[in-house]
Amino acid sequence: MTATVEAPAPQIGQARLRKEDAKLLTGQTNWTDNIKLNGMLHMAFVRSPFAHAKITRVDVSGALQQQGVIAAFSGADLEQASLPCAWPVTPDIVIPVHLPMAVDEVRYVGEAVAVVVARDRYAAADAVASVEVDYEPLPPVLDMYAALAAGSPKVHEAGNKSYEWVFANGDMDAAVNDAPVVLERTYRQQRLIGCAMEPRAVVAQWIGDEVTLWSSTQIPHVLRFALSAFFGIPEQNVRVIAPDVGGGFGSKLQVTAEEALAVLVSRKVGKPVKWTESRTEGNLTVHHGRDQWQQIKIAADRDGRIRGLAVDLLADMGAYLMIVTPGIPLFGAFMYPAIYKMDAYSFRCTGVFTTKMPTDAYRGAGRPEATFAIERIMDELAVELGMEPLELRERNWIRHEEFPYTTVAGLTYDSGNYEAATAKAKELFDYDALRREQAERNARGDTVRLGIGISTFTEMCGLAPSRVLGQLAYAAGGWEHASIRMLPTGKVEVVTGSSAHGQGHETAWSQIVADQLGVPFEDIRVLHGDTQISPKGMDTYGSRSLAIGGIALVQACDKVIAKARVIAAAMLEASADDLEFSAGRFSVRGDPEAAKSIQEIALATFAAHALPDGAEPSIDSDATYDPDNFSFPHGTHLCATEVDTETGFVKIRKYVSVDDVGVVINPRIVEGQVHGGVAQGIAQALYEEGVYDDDGNLITTTLADYLVPAAPDLPSFVADRTTSPASNRLGVKGVGEAGTIASTPAVVNSIVDALRPFGVRDITMPCTPERVWRAIQSAQGGTA
Amino acid sequence: MTHIKVTVDGVKYADEVEPRLLLVHYLRENLGKTGTPVGCDTSNCGACTVLMDGVSVKSCAVLAVQADGSDVTTIEGLANGELNPVQRAFHEEHALQCGYCTPGMIMAATDLLRDNPHPTDAEIRDGLEGNLCRCTGYENIVRAVKRAAQAGVAP
Repeated sequence: MTATVEAPAPQIGQARLRKEDAKLLTGQTNWTDNIKLNGMLHMAFVRSPFAHAKITRVDVSGALQQQGVIAAFSGADLEQASLPCAWPVTPDIVIPVHLPMAVDEVRYVGEAVAVVVARDRYAAADAVASVEVDYEPLPPVLDMYAALAAGSPKVHEAGNKSYEWVFANGDMDAAVNDAPVVLERTYRQQRLIGCAMEPRAVVAQWIGDEVTLWSSTQIPHVLRFALSAFFGIPEQNVRVIAPDVGGGFGSKLQVTAEEALAVLVSRKVGKPVKWTESRTEGNLTVHHGRDQWQQIKIAADRDGRIRGLAVDLLADMGAYLMIVTPGIPLFGAFMYPAIYKMDAYSFRCTGVFTTKMPTDAYRGAGRPEATFAIERIMDELAVELGMEPLELRERNWIRHEEFPYTTVAGLTYDSGNYEAATAKAKELFDYDALRREQAERNARGDTVRLGIGISTFTEMCGLAPSRVLGQLAYAAGGWEHASIRMLPTGKVEVVTGSSAHGQGHETAWSQIVADQLGVPFEDIRVLHGDTQISPKGMDTYGSRSLAIGGIALVQACDKVIAKARVIAAAMLEASADDLEFSAGRFSVRGDPEAAKSIQEIALATFAAHALPDGAEPSIDSDATYDPDNFSFPHGTHLCATEVDTETGFVKIRKYVSVDDVGVVINPRIVEGQVHGGVAQGIAQALYEEGVYDDDGNLITTTLADYLVPAAPDLPSFVADRTTSPASNRLGVKGVGEAGTIASTPAVVNSIVDALRPFGVRDITMPCTPERVWRAIQSAQGGTA
Repeated sequence: MTHIKVTVDGVKYADEVEPRLLLVHYLRENLGKTGTPVGCDTSNCGACTVLMDGVSVKSCAVLAVQADGSDVTTIEGLANGELNPVQRAFHEEHALQCGYCTPGMIMAATDLLRDNPHPTDAEIRDGLEGNLCRCTGYENIVRAVKRAAQAGVAP
């Protein structure tokens, strides 16, 4: 064997094209709704048309007379258990029983009350109308402030308050009492709907006492645990498969009623069952996001130095607490101080029940809300002080030489460079030129005004150190698992517990392992999303996959190399300590001719004819990594909007993002994540809102009413990066949510900035043309 | 039941179908053409877009009986052993993440380029207005369609 082997170029950092694409581009996909099993039946649900009502009678007998109907069940017909809430945030939190199908009372429009099982989906849908349900309407509870007022109708017997969670650090009284400037604002975080393009779908099949559940889910492992722990199916008999999953954004981070019911109904009818939601059903019953009232108070000196920040939230839980419903606003609790230094901080969140669909994780989960409020009020403070808004931010932010820095919220930020990201963003944006144009337009009274919006954000991701989750009363850990299987032919199977649904793990994970083991990128196959193939994992959410799952991969590779080293030493008749491992080869120090590749060692363990005494015939390895800190991506996003003051129409003229997500494994994938994230944040600012009418009917049930933006509704993005490595093995932070967290305040700040000459101080999201126009009229003293 | 004859991706089919059966369900359930997915129930999302006699249609807004006598092309009929230029451009520009909107987006882009072989960015965005993507923010989809246009893919 020749000794001089060129080390391959590192894979990490290369914009590799995705391995995932080939099947997605040709329609060779395996969405859950594609699954067909012999004898498979279809479920359709009878759902409540009332926001709040007693159920006095459910009669499914009419459905049983319909053609093709095999069975129909009311809630009382099934042995149901409560769906889980994994995050009891306070000791006295109210966690109502939440049955998959309501039995006595319905508490939101769309809540399931009966299920029909038929031979095909059309027959099932037809028979829904033949189920008779009698309701005795009760008053809906729709407004959080009214819900907490004395005498309000109750969503649950225990009342409308689920919990109150507080945090405080520093002397708030001292910070506020003699502060020369104190601003208070109230911001509204509207209700959002995840709208992953793939509607949810489930298939359940029992064979003997074993059940397989296919589901369009982000969390196959958590789901398996939950089905076992809460529905009494022995865990070893439960297999959950997340096949190709068409987007999640938090909306598929759930243990849903329909998943539980598929399992229960399939067992009852003795046949596999499938359910695929319609978009209308999905908008009604996929958990919603956001929905908070935010009161925020900031105290500062005249020179702009922030003294203290006080935040008081009302967070709409909806009708029940789902898997992490109560904890979502608390991710925000740690993020309101953001990148700024201050003496004191206090936070209070009250979780409120209403007769609406429960809320839960949606891209960013608490952090977009926090970032919006702090970045909005920073702009207001700048106006109050007569300062340039970027200068105010710079005066208060943590300087790059101050890292690691422990914030007033108790987090220790390991790295960052806000100066570098901001300088780059300003340059790409041509900030000074746009400011000049803005002044010119204002001076000449242009009907189309220009506004510049700033968001110098950070976030916490890489969920999460298990100890911290324990301190926050979360029921599970935050580790991630990885396995490396060295196949006899030298190829590699990588098993990850982080279950991807569009993020590109198969490509990025291959790049990491290629560098660690020195094997070709093309020789690596990444497996995930099936609890039998990947038995251990904590799944994908909270921008955790790379920062946690990626490090688990590196640690598993370390173990492969350590095991291989012993065998290589025997094969080379050298001491293990004398071997160097580089570019996939063990070579003897001082004798580079003597070398064995990791593939040769894998083959040697397959034959296992001549392994050293005591060596097991395998170099396969597993690792489970639990981080000791979160990671803290940050960046500066700048948005220029043109606001037509006669129509209220907002056009994004320019959007520049400079994100610091640490070391980048694949810049192509990172850029794509930023684009999509920014788009979702813009959508909150301008377009999307889940609206209930006064009777508690969701009126945004379709994509004609709930305005997910299309291509003409969004600008072209300039997405760039700076890099300050995180303090983990790969230096990575995470990128899945950064764009969504950053962009919403940048857009709203720019609109308000454009309209300040008219006296506009705020506009409630989404900033529709009507709302913008009315804000102008109202500020001008008009009657609108 | 109504008798229909349809050619799908080059194969001739004759079937008895319920008059209310949607074309997309005929493709998916009857023919196993699951490459074409369903994303909504109001013809807003475009995930189910296919070409019917060369023109893009949302197959959830067409009844199977309306496709009688037609030649339908789905995403599964585009590649001929290797990716076609539009598919390749989507791959090279990273114009897909979860991939659920991708079949419809590619079919709509194909029709757009047939209609306008050299579209501007604005024309691409307007031309794809009926197709929603939740992952990409459309930036790379626009780049992909431009790349495909430069490759001269107009049929």
